[in-house]
Amino acid sequence: MPDLTRRGFIRASITATGGMMLGFHLPLSANSDAADPAAEINAWLTIGADDSITIRVAQAEMGQGVFTALPMIVAEELEADWRNVRAEFADANRSIRENRVYQRMSTGGSYAIRGSRSYLQQAGAEARERLIKAAAEMWLVGPEECYADYGRIHHKNSGRSTNYGAVASAAAMVSVANVRIKKPEQFNLLGLPTKRLDVPAKVNGSAVFGIDVRIPDMVYAAVAHCPVLGGEVRSLLFNAVRNRPGIIRSVRLKHSVAIVAEHFWQAKTAIDAMPVQWKLGPAAKTYSGSIKSEFVDTLKLDGAVIYSQGDVVVAMDEAEKSFKSDYVAPYLAHACMEPLNCTVHVQADRVDIWTGVQDPESALRVASQLTGIPPVNVYVHNCFLGGGFGRRSNMDFVEEAVLIAMEVGRPVQMIWTREEDMRSGRYRPMSAMRFKAGFDLDKHLVAYTNHSVTHSLAADRGQAEDMNKLDNASVEGLVDMPYRVANKEISHTAKNTHLTSWWWRSVGHSQNAFAMECFVDEMASASDMDPIAFRRKHLAGNTALLNVLDVVERESGWGKKKFPQGTAQGIAIHESFGTICAQVAEVTVSDQGDLKVNRIVCAIDCGNLVNPLSAEMQVESGIVFGLTAALYGKLTVENGVILEDNFDTYRMVTMAEMPVIETHFALSGGEKWGGLGEPATPPVAPAVCNALYRITGRRIRILPIKDYLLRRA
Amino acid sequence: MIDLKINGETKSVEVEKGTPLLWVLRDNLNLTGTKFGCGIGHCGACTVLMNGHATKSCTTSVEQAASFDIVTIEGLSQDSSHPVQLAWIEEDVPQCGYCQSGQILAAVALLNDKSHPTDEEINQSMTNVCRCGTYQRIRKAIHRVARERGGQ
Repeated sequence: MPDLTRRGFIRASITATGGMMLGFHLPLSANSDAADPAAEINAWLTIGADDSITIRVAQAEMGQGVFTALPMIVAEELEADWRNVRAEFADANRSIRENRVYQRMSTGGSYAIRGSRSYLQQAGAEARERLIKAAAEMWLVGPEECYADYGRIHHKNSGRSTNYGAVASAAAMVSVANVRIKKPEQFNLLGLPTKRLDVPAKVNGSAVFGIDVRIPDMVYAAVAHCPVLGGEVRSLLFNAVRNRPGIIRSVRLKHSVAIVAEHFWQAKTAIDAMPVQWKLGPAAKTYSGSIKSEFVDTLKLDGAVIYSQGDVVVAMDEAEKSFKSDYVAPYLAHACMEPLNCTVHVQADRVDIWTGVQDPESALRVASQLTGIPPVNVYVHNCFLGGGFGRRSNMDFVEEAVLIAMEVGRPVQMIWTREEDMRSGRYRPMSAMRFKAGFDLDKHLVAYTNHSVTHSLAADRGQAEDMNKLDNASVEGLVDMPYRVANKEISHTAKNTHLTSWWWRSVGHSQNAFAMECFVDEMASASDMDPIAFRRKHLAGNTALLNVLDVVERESGWGKKKFPQGTAQGIAIHESFGTICAQVAEVTVSDQGDLKVNRIVCAIDCGNLVNPLSAEMQVESGIVFGLTAALYGKLTVENGVILEDNFDTYRMVTMAEMPVIETHFALSGGEKWGGLGEPATPPVAPAVCNALYRITGRRIRILPIKDYLLRRA
Repeated sequence: MIDLKINGETKSVEVEKGTPLLWVLRDNLNLTGTKFGCGIGHCGACTVLMNGHATKSCTTSVEQAASFDIVTIEGLSQDSSHPVQLAWIEEDVPQCGYCQSGQILAAVALLNDKSHPTDEEINQSMTNVCRCGTYQRIRKAIHRVARERGGQ
């Protein structure tokens, strides 16, 4: 029982209002700690004489809560008093200098906890053993006679004890070997809902995002990119604006021009006024309609077979009944709330970069390559990210800011306006998918084929020859579809346009789950089966998915609730990033055809939780992100130009459309530590579309939903 | 030179006519808690209070702002102790946090106007965009402030 008592005490102390307010360390500069006398126990943490513990976070904080969850993992092993813990960002420059001491610094793939848990545990345990050894040496006893507990070292026999701060300096000098980490049943902190360390700074305006950085002598740059992606600058007339107040200079790059000024508004209004001629290129002839036709027409051709089982041709021929459906998902922008920006100071022998990036090491390498200054002399001061969703792992904006700063010689803060941010490319790939299913006399599914035609992320990232190489992200969730069928064939064709693509929250799963889970619903209808019953039948033996399906069925009241006319539930389940997520959407279509998503019940199995509080927040966030895309998300191309360039045309779900979200963790435990940043996004669109089918009798096969006139059946 | 009344102090700034209040706050006065989101008065990241009303500073010129009492997130309280800030902490609202200055000030204006707003009133006035989708927690935080101030 003592453990339970202690657990209760920790819970009470970490959820006390404002308890962490003093524990926050503003991430501004990696060198801001220079005067701090705290002892560095290892690269991951320092301990001050006052017992304050600073834990370094090597992943980017973009809202997902790593600034708290990762320190929790270290603090657990350290046997720290959590009230003394604060966090700061790890330094990418140091990682380069010290043989990648911070290991993986890029953030994405819902991988922060999955990827770094074991070495963070090791770092915390190593520090704990050093503190124990230092105390033991001070007391002239053996370290095996001592133990660490809640910020203190105790000597078992004498009852003596000391605080961490008192032995921190000595602990930094000793060495230890064969450090053991705790077993899950020994955890005190992991698994407890814990207040986020970054929240206090995010309610008073003091949290520093990249756009908030202020450096002495800093100037601002506004940028205009060629309105057609891939197009180039032909000429610019800087003389037309050079005498405006505050204007310093123009910078001409290949695809964009910049104006540098004392204040951003001066730069922005000048660049709006400056005549620029563009070489738009052949893409200026493209339209959304023609792009979509190309994708859908390609569905009729054979793709490269990437998975096959049984004899699907014979099975489909012999089927009593078969049908096919085509689905289309559009290009989408990330539209992070903080427009892309980057502050750079290039000096003769060093480069400093202040920004919010998902991959500070890549930013460092990009700056080194462009300037010729060695990586060890490039410093990336990573800030909080005002949203990332994958976009901030692309270095295009960092590259542009470095090129501008190289011309200026003063620190330059480059800010893209919302319009530049939205038109800058790096979109969620467009995809068209054809599904075909065959059933026998007893309405059993006997054959299944799927051909997807998708813009290749791999090709955009690498060489042209990659077009012939399978981009795994394009088919994730399709090629490994979990439903059992004796004969199946999965094929794929990569098809790229002048638009550029990039990872977008949940990547290929975002469009693939929509199409596949909607088609599964179609197959259930064709079998005259309840959508959950059909899924259960074809998931037989897959206990992990069935468990999540059971939870969402129970918690949503599936099949048991009576709804008024115009209201119905829809279901979808999808596994991604090591996590299984099922959602039931409760949707209403009014007499006038207005759509309201009332409630989304979510069951999710990520195995284990570090911080249940931020985990629940991530589920809510992932659902709203997916719902916005399902309802409204669409980019229209006209004359090669993206038309949706701000929030008035690229609409977001807001408070009035917000459904009630209920999150139920269906944790399977064991060795499973699944991701959470993305897995709640894919199931939303199909759950909502499947509910709409039950109301309207029509299938939605092309997103977004806003393009449909909804009528009750 | 234009005088602005910001967070209880008068500040003189020298900027071009027509400069949006947003950029004066951020670039001239170093009050970076007010955020740039869209520049067209749509997303609400730049929301400040002008005579207690939620106002989008990205589409308010510095001349228009000159005769008002302006409150930014930095001036809402000295120590994050405003009831709305405390409710935001209690309900664990922020994720990336970028839109939250604007969300908090929009909520302050709503609660100035209506001591116990209904869900429908929250829907009507809280139109700020949050890309992280924190709306459910914002709603709970607003109700918490109303509940804790008592009365009806």
